[in-house]
Amino acid sequence: MATTHFLVHNNTDTVGVVVVEGVKAGDTLTGWLMETDGTVKIKALDAIPLGHKIALSPIKKGDTVLKYGHDIGRSVAAIAKGGHAHVQNIKTKRW
Amino acid sequence: MARKASKTATFQGYRRENGRVGIRNHVIILPLDDLSNAACEAVANNIKGTLAIPHPYGRLQFGEDLELHFRTLIGTGCNPNVAAVVVIGIEPGWTGRVVEGIRKSGKPVEGFWIERNGDINTIASASRKAKEFVQWASELQREPAAMDELWISVKCGESDTTSGLASNPTVGNLIDKVDIQGATTCFGETSELTGAEQICATRAKTKEAAKKFLATWGAYNDMIMRNKTNDLSDSQPTKGNIEGGLTTIEEKAFGNLEKIGKTTKFIDVLKEGEIPSKGRGLYFMNTSSAAAECVTLQAAGGFVVHLFPTGQGNVIGNPIEPVIKLTANPRTARTMSEHIDLDVSAILRREMTLDQAGDALIDVMVRTCNGRLTCAEALGHREFVLTRLYPSA
Repeated sequence: MATTHFLVHNNTDTVGVVVVEGVKAGDTLTGWLMETDGTVKIKALDAIPLGHKIALSPIKKGDTVLKYGHDIGRSVAAIAKGGHAHVQNIKTKRW
Repeated sequence: MARKASKTATFQGYRRENGRVGIRNHVIILPLDDLSNAACEAVANNIKGTLAIPHPYGRLQFGEDLELHFRTLIGTGCNPNVAAVVVIGIEPGWTGRVVEGIRKSGKPVEGFWIERNGDINTIASASRKAKEFVQWASELQREPAAMDELWISVKCGESDTTSGLASNPTVGNLIDKVDIQGATTCFGETSELTGAEQICATRAKTKEAAKKFLATWGAYNDMIMRNKTNDLSDSQPTKGNIEGGLTTIEEKAFGNLEKIGKTTKFIDVLKEGEIPSKGRGLYFMNTSSAAAECVTLQAAGGFVVHLFPTGQGNVIGNPIEPVIKLTANPRTARTMSEHIDLDVSAILRREMTLDQAGDALIDVMVRTCNGRLTCAEALGHREFVLTRLYPSA
């Protein structure tokens, strides 16, 4: 099986998780849609470490970010498709 | 190749006086209070095969916090992984309360106190009793036991996104399989369900349990809101969580909840360290999300084996219940292999299914129950951390 670079819990998710080491900006990544066993390809805009998230579509400032099909917080800065989605652009809605 | 878990998985355990089954055979030297740690450690040094459980509390506590102190110490002594207990305290009153609480389990227990004896005489008397207990315990034999006699606790630590993707779902797969076989299981980590608390409530078996869960979560969240000085981004998620790619508490919570599987429902909500009383099945226990505090409370609740998925590599162990670690993070599996009992990173490479991983975990768990030392046991991790509800008087 070809290398799977990132995993997506749910098809409605707006972020996926990089599961390999050494992803660099410009790499074309293959993702596994776990819910439907589908495949998706995205070009990484940033270096994204193992375990960190990649935006699957453009996320506007203030948008709710979806993972596991659920609300995991809001974006505090726009994230381009293929960008590194983490504490610099996503915050909790709770605390 | 992982062994396919049988529908009727069995293990070899120690059958205790109260009918519960343990998987270890400890004789513990249990201090009532901080002042008695030195004597307990001296006894454990004198008498080989015994284990001192030092801790920093037990003085001037009051109210609910004192009740929790007694509940935790008594529960620790009553845990079926413990064959017999020597309790040492500074004075006879509270020492006697712990001794009487443990005596109800039917196992051998005796108390000693330091006032009017001094450390040296106390150590001498307690050592004679500890020697008698450990020689008696060393002749106890393991007997076959069924999965419906096993009490399993779960808690994750230094989680990252691989926890929610694979190692927590592996634990969840095990929970769904052993629940059908009648195991008694427990999850906790109240604050770490924040963001997923409504989804968690839907996993209650009864409306009553759902209501009790939401009230418990709400009270914990109120405490955090009262005391917080920022958005907790230095604490929950932890620095390690963030390094591992977890961004918010909501994201961490949905990953956390994967540990209770897809179908199993929880039947009741327990106080910290409370022993379940509603029969076999899954329980939620109100606990801190700090690893050692949570596992210490689960062991006090009577759970004998612990499943601990980690992402970035939490190294926790517990003196009473063996802690089995699994990870799906390939870097953690590579760089911290001495801490990892089961590597399920193949799930992320699509080389292992969740069902296979769940069976592999059942296999490791049964071998651990039969006597195989966990990584944490071999490395000497015995973190015993008491939960406090508020300061001493």
